[in-house]
Amino acid sequence: MRTARTLASAAVALAASGCLTFIEVPIETPIRPKIDASPFSRVYVAGFLPGGTEDVDTNLETVRLLRSQLKNKGGMRIIEADVLPLTEAAKPVPGEGSPAAPPGASQSDPDKTVALAEADLPPYEKIFENKEYWKKVGEEFGSPLIITGSVLFTPHQRSGYVQKEQEVYDSFGRRSVVPVRTYMDRKGFILRPKFVFIDGRTGETLYTETFREEILYNAEQSTPALSSYFELMDRLLPSFLSTLSSQTIRGSRVLLK
Amino acid sequence: MPALKKLIASAVLGVAISATFAQAADRKAAVEQVSFGIDAARAGLWREATYRWERAVELDPTYAAAFNNLAIAYEQAGQFEKAKQAYQKAAELDPKNTYIKQNIDLFKEINDRANRQNAR
Repeated sequence: MRTARTLASAAVALAASGCLTFIEVPIETPIRPKIDASPFSRVYVAGFLPGGTEDVDTNLETVRLLRSQLKNKGGMRIIEADVLPLTEAAKPVPGEGSPAAPPGASQSDPDKTVALAEADLPPYEKIFENKEYWKKVGEEFGSPLIITGSVLFTPHQRSGYVQKEQEVYDSFGRRSVVPVRTYMDRKGFILRPKFVFIDGRTGETLYTETFREEILYNAEQSTPALSSYFELMDRLLPSFLSTLSSQTIRGSRVLLK
Repeated sequence: MPALKKLIASAVLGVAISATFAQAADRKAAVEQVSFGIDAARAGLWREATYRWERAVELDPTYAAAFNNLAIAYEQAGQFEKAKQAYQKAAELDPKNTYIKQNIDLFKEINDRANRQNAR
């Protein structure tokens, strides 16, 4: 009896001392930005080559979104200038094997840009290599860091089996959740933005990053293209912002004694 | 001759005992530094904590917990290379410790992310 009591108290003591040998603490780990933006006091989100669906003006919406994000979270001074009509400026010269300008590309309405087809984008993207062009843009705005690129936003459809959770009740009325595979038609969008960071002093590309995000809904569900665009952009914004400013990753670790 | 043997044996024993005492004293001092460092870290004073744990590993280079804590402090400071080395040392000294393993796994995720970022 005495032995059992001794053993029990020893176990309690051991457990208690064991509890005191580790302490969980929150930590914040800093991750450095992808590019050194310190030489620039200002940022100019110039404009984007829009591609894919015309339901969303990806040039205008992307410029607006990035400017507001950089203003709120990037801690940088943003140049609030007109959005560059990049499709017009990047129009390939005819006779060089490039596609003809898209219908309406030279339209007079500057607020509405025409989206390019995916296959037509590459020749237009050559504008990002045009140092003289970007140097000129930079001179106009006091040599800022220029952010440009292309945003391809395309409708997408896919059918196949998806796993869903379904509630079932047994003969005693007890509820349980079981995974069920069902065939579904789904539709949604794919967003493929390419962000190009250009030195406004020299016109040189400092950094380029391409993302791909996809969203699918039930085929019967009607989700506006603009909502999907923002949902997809929201996913990649932290990564975009980490290009210019350092990020802090919160977590916890176990300290030992 | 047996007397000389005895003398040598007792001298060796003496050295061993004094070394053990010295080691125990070093571990005791290291434990104190580690404890103080933990209190500092919990108060958010990570620099102080780092200093304490650096002292602890100097005092007792076999103290796995001190290396583990030091690695966490380096991680918090964004010094990934130093953190990696300290974690490696902690794992070497106490390979079965699940807390150290868990910390290393979490650190690896962040370190890989930082490396990807730097490689771009």
